[in-house]
Amino acid sequence: MAIDTKKCVGCGDCVVACQTENNVPHGYCRDWIVERVDGTYPSLSLEFRSERCNHCDNSPCVRCCPTGASHKAEGGIVLVTHHKCIGCGACIQSCPYDARYPHPEGYVDKCTFCIHRVEKGQKTACVDVCPTHCLHFGDLDDPNSDVSLALKDRKWKVLAPEAGTKPQLYFLT
Amino acid sequence: MNEELFVSGRDIPNIDPYLNIWHWQIPLYLFLGGLAAGILFFAGFYTVRGKADRMQATVKWAPLLAPIALVLGLGALFWDLKHELYFWQLYTTVRLDSPMSWGAWTLMVITPLSLVWVASYMKEIFPWWDWKFSFLNKFEAWVIKNRVGLAWVMMVYAVILGVYTGILLSAFNARPLWNTSILGPLFLVSGFSTGLATTILLSKDPKERKRLSQIDLIFIVIELFLITHLFMGFLAGSETAIEAANLFLGGPFTVTFWVFVVALGLIFPAVLETLELLGYHVPKWLPAVLILFGGLMFRFIMVEAGQITRYLY
Repeated sequence: MAIDTKKCVGCGDCVVACQTENNVPHGYCRDWIVERVDGTYPSLSLEFRSERCNHCDNSPCVRCCPTGASHKAEGGIVLVTHHKCIGCGACIQSCPYDARYPHPEGYVDKCTFCIHRVEKGQKTACVDVCPTHCLHFGDLDDPNSDVSLALKDRKWKVLAPEAGTKPQLYFLT
Repeated sequence: MNEELFVSGRDIPNIDPYLNIWHWQIPLYLFLGGLAAGILFFAGFYTVRGKADRMQATVKWAPLLAPIALVLGLGALFWDLKHELYFWQLYTTVRLDSPMSWGAWTLMVITPLSLVWVASYMKEIFPWWDWKFSFLNKFEAWVIKNRVGLAWVMMVYAVILGVYTGILLSAFNARPLWNTSILGPLFLVSGFSTGLATTILLSKDPKERKRLSQIDLIFIVIELFLITHLFMGFLAGSETAIEAANLFLGGPFTVTFWVFVVALGLIFPAVLETLELLGYHVPKWLPAVLILFGGLMFRFIMVEAGQITRYLY
């Protein structure tokens, strides 16, 4: 997924759409908005980032999971099999992005890139609802996908690349 | 200025603003696991060296506590799980990448092993003990015959268990305070030291206590050396590592760590043990209790502080 920080206005629609689509319990969230301010007044710069699980290529959560509940699905989406998760919290400790949380029902929960929608050929709930069209989703291996096209001629960054997890959320700057 | 704010009101319990997903259960387990590893290692060690009769408390008495510590530790781990009823999923797979999977299987081996060890000494410890069934008597006779072999296996697994209590934490790259390979040996040495302290408390033989105190003193010195190394490594590291070290060098954990862990839990008992070895009278329980207290504090502080440390972006 690519997030255009120049277009994002931090409205939080993606957060609400995700909570509704995925029945996220009250007080929890799978995605969130970070507002970053740099500089000294009056020359300030502002960046909005819609953040979620980075679905890392080298995912520490998948490696440290003792039961195999955390796994990488075909296509690279990182998922948690609820009935295999024992709620030990290892994956929560291992995530440099704090993208996971313990669901009140016991298992660990996180962004699934709305796999139930993606499998039907739809876009994720957050992408669908974004009023500024700042979110681009798709298969990075397909050069004509929405996300590949968005990354093609823009500068981008990933968060905490030094953590070595090869994150797959690209922030267009 | 550079400032980051969650503008969508992110406030997830136990995650925000600081991660606090592991509470008292994990450090307690790390303490009990290290203690059991220490007890079992030295029980095996003195059996292999053929000194079981001269080291009665080490070989026979203290191991009684090992399965109790392990079962209590396992209970704490179970308590910590958020999806407890699925715990058996741990034993449906072996995941070589996951230290927790290694740990679960190690506990599955060393807990029964410690019980077998204790069972083989039950008649010596409690003369009235009766196994009731002949097959149990036969099993006991077989274990007694093969004690040295069992001792070797126990020593190996004790080392794995002791190192694992540290590796469990050090494998988490996302928590810079834990993400150092020194944690494995440090927890091993600290665990062995607490195991020795427990044995010293149980021993009635001054010669045995003297020998154990000598070994413990060496372990304390190694531990102090490793702690110094730990901080040297952090301070020579990346910004995240320096921030992690700063929690203990002026940050919120400074006093608790240096006073309770280093001064009261390591240096003071080391001085007392040295005085005792030099012939001065020191209450025998004092250094041992201080070491146990320091070991427990060390694990509580490391688990809590480690969760606060994170990548900055």
